[in-house]
Amino acid sequence: MTTPAVTAPLLQVEDLTVQFPTPDGLITVVDHVSFTLDANRVLCIVGESGSGKSVTALSLVGLVQSRGGRVSAGSVKFRGTELVGQPEKALNRIRGRDIGFIFQEPMSSLNPAFTVGDQIAEVVRRHRRAGRKEAWARAVEMLDRVGIASAAQRAKDYPHRFSGGMRQRVMIALALACDPKLLIADEPTTALDVTIQARTLELLKTLQREQDMAVLFITHDLGVVADIADDVVVMYASQVVEHAPVRDLFRRPQHPYTAGLLAAMPQSALENGSPLVGIPGVVPQPHRLPSGCRFHPRCTHAQAGRCTSEPVELRRLDGGLVRCVRSEELRDPAPVPGAPAPIEGVAVQ
Amino acid sequence: MTTTPGAGAPKLRVEDLEVTFDVGRGKKLHAVDGVSFHVDEGETLGLVGESGSGKSTTGMAVLRLTEPTAGRVHLGDTEVTGLRSRRMRPLRKRMQIVFQDPYSSLDPSMTIGQQLDEPLKVHTSLSKDERRARVDEALDTVKLSTRYTTRYPNEFSGGQRQRIAIARAMILDPELVVLDEPVSALDVSTQSQIVNLLLGIQEQARTSFLFIAHDLAVVRLVSDRTAVMYLGQLVETGPSARVYDAPAHPYTAALNSAIPIPDPDRQRTRDRIVLGGDQPSPLNPPSGCRFRTRCPFAMPVCAEEVPPQHPLEGGGYAACHLHTHGPELRGGSVLQLVEGGHLTTPLVSR
Ligand SMILES: Nc1ncnc2c1ncn2[C@@H]1O[C@H](COP(=O)(O)OP(=O)(O)OP(=O)(O)O)[C@@H](O)[C@H]1O
Ligand SMILES: Nc1ncnc2c1ncn2[C@@H]1O[C@H](COP(=O)(O)OP(=O)(O)O)[C@@H](O)[C@H]1O
Ligand code: SF4
Ligand code: SF4
Ligand SMILES: [Mg+2]
Ligand SMILES: [Mg+2]
Repeated sequence: MTTPAVTAPLLQVEDLTVQFPTPDGLITVVDHVSFTLDANRVLCIVGESGSGKSVTALSLVGLVQSRGGRVSAGSVKFRGTELVGQPEKALNRIRGRDIGFIFQEPMSSLNPAFTVGDQIAEVVRRHRRAGRKEAWARAVEMLDRVGIASAAQRAKDYPHRFSGGMRQRVMIALALACDPKLLIADEPTTALDVTIQARTLELLKTLQREQDMAVLFITHDLGVVADIADDVVVMYASQVVEHAPVRDLFRRPQHPYTAGLLAAMPQSALENGSPLVGIPGVVPQPHRLPSGCRFHPRCTHAQAGRCTSEPVELRRLDGGLVRCVRSEELRDPAPVPGAPAPIEGVAVQ
Repeated sequence: MTTTPGAGAPKLRVEDLEVTFDVGRGKKLHAVDGVSFHVDEGETLGLVGESGSGKSTTGMAVLRLTEPTAGRVHLGDTEVTGLRSRRMRPLRKRMQIVFQDPYSSLDPSMTIGQQLDEPLKVHTSLSKDERRARVDEALDTVKLSTRYTTRYPNEFSGGQRQRIAIARAMILDPELVVLDEPVSALDVSTQSQIVNLLLGIQEQARTSFLFIAHDLAVVRLVSDRTAVMYLGQLVETGPSARVYDAPAHPYTAALNSAIPIPDPDRQRTRDRIVLGGDQPSPLNPPSGCRFRTRCPFAMPVCAEEVPPQHPLEGGGYAACHLHTHGPELRGGSVLQLVEGGHLTTPLVSR
């Protein structure tokens, strides 16, 4: 194993590519994705359903193989150590101890046959070599931290005795029980009520500060991104289409897709007093990708030729990265009489 | 339409609706506890609240898909409650529902064309050609290609399925449609498409809608008026713009606070209510005001007296003691308390 360099980022992902065999042939669902995440930072990956967010997250910690996928290229370095190609045993040690994971489906990751306290204690015993008593105490402490009232008592309950919002907090307690340096959370609030979502986000922010950890947070909701992210990766059709610090992204979205996601939020329409603008169409299937810019069939700024013939490269622009050939010219659209200019940067329609 | 009530009479009238479930060992769960509201012809009423507040049960009871325990429901001149099942059948044609989960609400073994044709076959005497024209028209309304009639549900995305469910609900030109969280399971982009579709349908049809959701911003966009539900009861009603901009009940203010603003700087510095605690069980609701265990403004009176419905300017009411006790808001917005530092509990975070 290599000695980690002192200055290595906590997580460094380079050209990560994941493929799945399907009846339609080999499909690429994560296509040369790169980003870095430093300690104590929150990076959000945002995009519509099917854009490749979950597979990206799973592949970071070697969880795509069991689902039939394969990391066919690229590298994932955690504290300087390459994870791609590590034996399952080594990955198992890292998962749960150094990297906590919250999955998209809360029920699937809690075992209905064991009490929540036992499940948390078991993880602590396995990874921290703690004794029974110590592990149980840690489980109760974690449940208390995530705001489960009468934690000592509730630790003895089975998962089905908890409401959806409480189960999600139990999941957080489980993921954080071993003090991971990195938490990967895949849409942890998507299935929740807005009120429980707000509370869960507050909790995650507090724990992130208290436990000095970095968070990779996956969501399709830019409202959530505005609340918690330091940096943002926007994914579309398996690729990164924009990467920017959170304030830049909201002040000046450089990619029409980012601008489209922003305009599709009810809050945007209400704030601007303008009609809600949807993005027409759907994310293309990985085996039926359009030529040229993958977003062009849904993009209101697409130009025949320029946007439709050659694949578009990710390139530097104003301290971020963008995959669009027209970003600069779209930035200051000629004012249309009467039309509201909701957001600076790439306009919609 | 067959039963046109006098001008101004509401299309749907719900009075003192109660739904009680027997949950064993003699225990009764009041899922809906004394709910009254009306929806005018061509109007959309939003029903908003957290999971388990009783929204779906209300919608189901209005359509008598769940049997109300008490109360009355009128659709136009017809009293829906108390009708024998034989008499319910013609009424089914006039009232429809769209469910939250676009994956379970369509029959996987029937083509889209068959599913849309089914209600026409049961409830109309149209010829085959006429029915086919109506099916095409319905698909057109929800902006789907008429080529889709021969396909099966599993070939469609969540958003497309929701369009099909809406087409099926609208095909008999119903007087009332209950939309139970039709966009909650969808992506923002797909959600915006469906919301715009509904806004378009509202403009054309004279249908009344009961739009159920947990997101106050979506409700604000889609509904003329909004009713806010907590633990089986309505706590605030009023014109949607007023309810959203100037909530007169702390629970509504909390729902408003929970929606993130798409601006990182403002989102992270604004004063807001973050609700702690869990919703109490409807088996054992708190005394006085049911929201008091989670309310950042609770006063001693809140545990003792059930708050009366304080009427509000512009219509509607808020059931909260703050209007007559403590800061005496007198119908004003609760947000002035959130921003004015009246909070004693740590439920507001900066
Ligand atoms: N068939 C039933 N038997 C017993 N209790 C029920 C039944 N249906 C609903 N309830 C209870 O009634 C209350 C209201 O449920 P309802 O489904 O109407 O809530 P909701 O507001 O639609 O929530 P959601 O946002 O989760 O859809 C809840 O406490 C629920 O557990
Ligand atoms: N086990 C699998 N086998 C084949 N294709 C898959 C598998 N898991 C995911 N995919 C495909 O990969 C793409 C990205 O999926 P996913 O990462 O789950 O998207 P997101 O999380 O952004 O919604 C989708 O087209 C999906 O259908
Ligand atoms: S490259 Fe062209 S089609 Fe693609 S996002 Fe930019 S403007 Fe739109
Ligand atoms: S009545 Fe009291 S507890 Fe209830 S919402 Fe008003 S202030 Fe809060
Ligand atoms: Mg996913
Ligand atoms: Mg419901």
